Amino acid sequence: MRVPLSWLREYVDLPATETGRDVQAKLISAGLEVETVEQLGTGLTGPLVVGKVLTIEELTEFKKPIRFCTVDVGQANGTGEPQEIICGARNFAVGDKVVVALPGAVLPGDFRIAERKTYGRVSRGMICSGDELGMGDDGTHGIIVLPPEYEIGIDATVLLELYDEVLDIAVTPDRGYCLSMRGVARETATAYGLPLRDPALLDVPAPNAYGYPVQVSDPIGCDRFTARTVVGLAPEARSPIWLQRRLQKAGMRPISLAVDITNYVMLELGQPLHAYDRSRIDGPIGVRRAEAGEKITTLDGTVRVLDAADLVITDNRGAIGIAGVMGGANTEIADPVTDPETGFVTGTSEVVIEAAHFDAISIARTARRHKLSSEASKRFERGVDPQAAAAAAQRTVDLLVLLAGGTAEAGVTEISAPSAPRTIAMPANHPDKVAGVDYGRETVVRRLQEVGCDVYGQDELVVTVPSWRPDLNVPNDLAEEVIRLEGYENLPSTLPKPPAGRGLTERQRTYRRVGRALAGAGYVEALNYPFIGTQALDNLGLDADDARRRLVTLVNPLSDEEPALRTTLLPGLLGALRRNDSRGSHDLALFETGLVFRPEGQPGIAVRLPVDRRPTDEEVAEVNAALPSQPRRAAVVLAGAREQAGWWGKGRPSDWADAVEAGRTVAAEAGVELIISADQHAPWHPGRCAAFHVEVDGEEVLVGHAGELHPRVVKAFGLPARSCAMEIDLDLLEKANEGPLKAPRISSFPVATQDVALVVAAEVPSAEVETALREGAGELLESVRLFDVYTGDQLDEGTKSLAYALKFRATDRTLTVDEATAARDAAVALATERTGAVLRGA
Amino acid sequence: MSAPNKSYDPVEVEALKPEEIERMRDEALAAFAAAGDLDALAHAKTAHTGGTSPLALANREIGALPPQAKAAAGKIVGQARGAVSKALAARQTELEAERDARVLVEEAVDVTLPYDRVPAGARHPLTTLMERVADVFVSMGYEVAEGPEVEAEWFNFDALNFVPDHPARQMQDTFFVQGTSPDGKATTGDESGVVLRTHTSPVQARTLIDREPPVYVVCPGRVYRTDELDATHTPVFHQIELLAVDEGLTMADLKGTLDHMVQALFGPDMKTRLRPNFFPFTEPSAEMDMLCYVCRGESVGNPDRPCRTCGSEGWIELGGCGMVNPKVLVACGVDPEKYSGFAFGFGIERMLMFRHNVDDMRDMVEGDVRFTRPFGMEI
Repeated sequence: MRVPLSWLREYVDLPATETGRDVQAKLISAGLEVETVEQLGTGLTGPLVVGKVLTIEELTEFKKPIRFCTVDVGQANGTGEPQEIICGARNFAVGDKVVVALPGAVLPGDFRIAERKTYGRVSRGMICSGDELGMGDDGTHGIIVLPPEYEIGIDATVLLELYDEVLDIAVTPDRGYCLSMRGVARETATAYGLPLRDPALLDVPAPNAYGYPVQVSDPIGCDRFTARTVVGLAPEARSPIWLQRRLQKAGMRPISLAVDITNYVMLELGQPLHAYDRSRIDGPIGVRRAEAGEKITTLDGTVRVLDAADLVITDNRGAIGIAGVMGGANTEIADPVTDPETGFVTGTSEVVIEAAHFDAISIARTARRHKLSSEASKRFERGVDPQAAAAAAQRTVDLLVLLAGGTAEAGVTEISAPSAPRTIAMPANHPDKVAGVDYGRETVVRRLQEVGCDVYGQDELVVTVPSWRPDLNVPNDLAEEVIRLEGYENLPSTLPKPPAGRGLTERQRTYRRVGRALAGAGYVEALNYPFIGTQALDNLGLDADDARRRLVTLVNPLSDEEPALRTTLLPGLLGALRRNDSRGSHDLALFETGLVFRPEGQPGIAVRLPVDRRPTDEEVAEVNAALPSQPRRAAVVLAGAREQAGWWGKGRPSDWADAVEAGRTVAAEAGVELIISADQHAPWHPGRCAAFHVEVDGEEVLVGHAGELHPRVVKAFGLPARSCAMEIDLDLLEKANEGPLKAPRISSFPVATQDVALVVAAEVPSAEVETALREGAGELLESVRLFDVYTGDQLDEGTKSLAYALKFRATDRTLTVDEATAARDAAVALATERTGAVLRGA
Repeated sequence: MSAPNKSYDPVEVEALKPEEIERMRDEALAAFAAAGDLDALAHAKTAHTGGTSPLALANREIGALPPQAKAAAGKIVGQARGAVSKALAARQTELEAERDARVLVEEAVDVTLPYDRVPAGARHPLTTLMERVADVFVSMGYEVAEGPEVEAEWFNFDALNFVPDHPARQMQDTFFVQGTSPDGKATTGDESGVVLRTHTSPVQARTLIDREPPVYVVCPGRVYRTDELDATHTPVFHQIELLAVDEGLTMADLKGTLDHMVQALFGPDMKTRLRPNFFPFTEPSAEMDMLCYVCRGESVGNPDRPCRTCGSEGWIELGGCGMVNPKVLVACGVDPEKYSGFAFGFGIERMLMFRHNVDDMRDMVEGDVRFTRPFGMEI
């Protein structure tokens, strides 16, 4: 809502020194979001005067038609002589009154007017358009042609009200009444403690039976309909300058007198109005729901197919308007047309004024359905004062009579469904309890009265809320009114005392630890969008029946290429990897932790539960069942060097082992040991892919994969060669956690170290050999470490040698060489039995 | 004690001459002094203190002397040997010091060499800022609550008093998830009742349904709205939400909690300002601003000292807050006659932008390591 300060002053006697900024501050603290205060006339100084065009000489020797004019500006130029002015516009004639900027004037944009030679003549000033004066769009983009009655030589900055301030207010959905001057004026009056001149306080004639016939067949959708008729309008009558200027300042375009007046009254009182050309209505006006498929051409020229839930205004022919949203073209007020020969103006001379009240939700749905948000629908959606309809109709009639020379017909149609004023019972100290401030009953009552409420009672108040405040329904609504008028800035600052908390949960700590551990290992966190498309899944090389292809899909994605939610963290991370690489960072280690979205069964419909009670546990479970599973995962991707080359020596490229190690790092932070085995799983290289399992309740559960990416995946995503990746499920790791770590027993007896080199077939996983060694060695074994892997000339084809350092130690004695050797032999024996390992050199 | 000297006839042995002993001593001292390095000194040590050195031999001869001569000879030889071993130790120390000094100089390195063998990693500043804000409240006794990102509309809107068709529901541009209608077709509108949560507020409803009051929780998390990515918007962003429900909570408590938060995050003399606003799930509702922590409001009306951070407004808009709407309490099974509550929520991206001078939202979402790495582990 754009509120010109000059207009606001009509209803509230603000001190003359009060600026737009001052009013802004007051209204903000009263809860109106005044976003800006626009200074009209900034950069504009006169002399700017009314002139009358005396002569026009058409200069034709130039590329475009140019006019050399003489203009009578009276004594404004000091001489009384006609002012000679070159002008490029053509929408004026000899005898027209125009606005002249004389030399010395400055127009907005630091446009200085001076005497100058142009087109072979001397131009002493400028004939101005609305745009040039910063007045906003008047629909013509041409020279302002003033009504003839204005005196030559008078100051046009005053006449055109060029200096003003406009408050731009973003009206929240609960304050629909502030989409009117009346509502903003009420808030202003309250904020300043000044009286309000309510523009809706008008004498309105009683309804009678001989007004324009109206039949409302849906009293729920339309609980009030007032119709008035004005005849004998002068089609040539134009909106006066003050009216046009107020509309422009409020952000609306002047159109024609009758339409301008309905818009003006809507801005003033908040009541949307519609003017029908009576000669174009066929029979009684009706209000009903549309028939499905019924068509209407609205004022904007669009043919719209109506829904059965749309409320329409009708005549005998059918729909003539979408109620509360937009009128129809077939009953539109006709633009005045001047007969070129006679000069006779024809146009609408009889209008029927509609001031109705429609159901907010119905209008909201219709506006949304037709993607048609109008000034009227915006107001109805937020709630219009139903009691203002008759006054608004009267105000419209008055202005038509005054400005268009019309005559009001005596008939007054008013159809209204019975309604009682709304009351709210509230303890007088309720606002005090909400705020934590002792306002006292007196203050509470006074503030509610300022809002427009009638208040009765002592300790228990009965509050009748004003018709323009449909948002006031419960005691807390009233408490807010009291607290905001007393000033949110005056609330004290106190701290509640929560019960002792338990800090972060184990799971929340684990998430943080995982992030820190990965960052500590050199990985940089990337938070990627979770949107993916099938292209990404194809790029990953997933089989047609891969579970990761079962997607949660969005109805309204930002991009049709990526309409679904991720089922793996990898596409986002690989995108970030490629982006970094293409921006010149080539040695990369990235990680992300976040949710993936996996539908469970067919995506269903989440039931809408009631809101008047707590849903039962079964109801909550039913709603949750419609949601996909959303496990939290961690993933890393790597490319380029893991260790950089430098003065210290050679670097080392990142490889599959780094990716696997990242998995171990994450699992260690979750307090879980991974069981690692070889696997073949997209998008990984089939020979360089590790599967991660953990033990949950005695069962091995797959929790993730790591390794080098498949070369085809690397190519499809445009990644550096040999990029690697790891992805692991944090929720499953959490399940595998067996509680606090049991501290190891430390023996201070000497260690006995035995090295063994075992030759096994190349395809035997080292993890199996190590497991066998551990189990075979028995409890004297302290640790096993694989310190070398050898393949080459000294071994048979297809075999490899694994060299282990075994450390033995007892808790109660120094081991003898024989004891250590026996344990080693037992370890090797089990490795031999399980994996065919042979002691090298044996 | 030396072994008796058997190779000499004690009778034949001449009494040890003091000058001879002194000569041996002086030769030894000279040899040590002449030794230029530890190797030469070791050599001289063997020559002058070893088993076959003159002084050692002289010492052995003492045993062969007549008893009356032993004491005197022993004294002379002992003194000489003492002086020699002292000189040796002194020279040894001296040479070791020389060597150490030389070697340490030779081993000196350029400590200014850069070292980025494994470049440091980092956590995303949005993650760490969210944790930091949460920790302020955890230290006050609040707990951290979580909820799903794909959320039922009932939790995201209905339970929070966003009635169907209320204009507030259109204020937020919501991603709807496709469901399957009873006739087996994919839904094309909002029929599924499942959305990407548009705020962290549904966690309020979930928490109230799960727990008995008093409830004091914060809910950090990711939220979604259908905005295109540009310098100041992103469709995927982060919020932190606070909810307190207890007996007798007031708006003054809300104000105090907000003041405490900005003081913990931005310094002890910080404060907040509340402005009336509208949100369906709070009543009364307010917009919350914090004093600009850069100019402390001094840029207002002071064109000589403009403030970039607050645009010379003096205040920075943080987010929305208010007293929990009793309708929300009812929908979650909390008795509004007995309990009241307050809640607030704000965007982490915005706070990161003004706290760390980030100009462009895109820097936070593209995962460029050059942006994230400097933020390190904590913020």
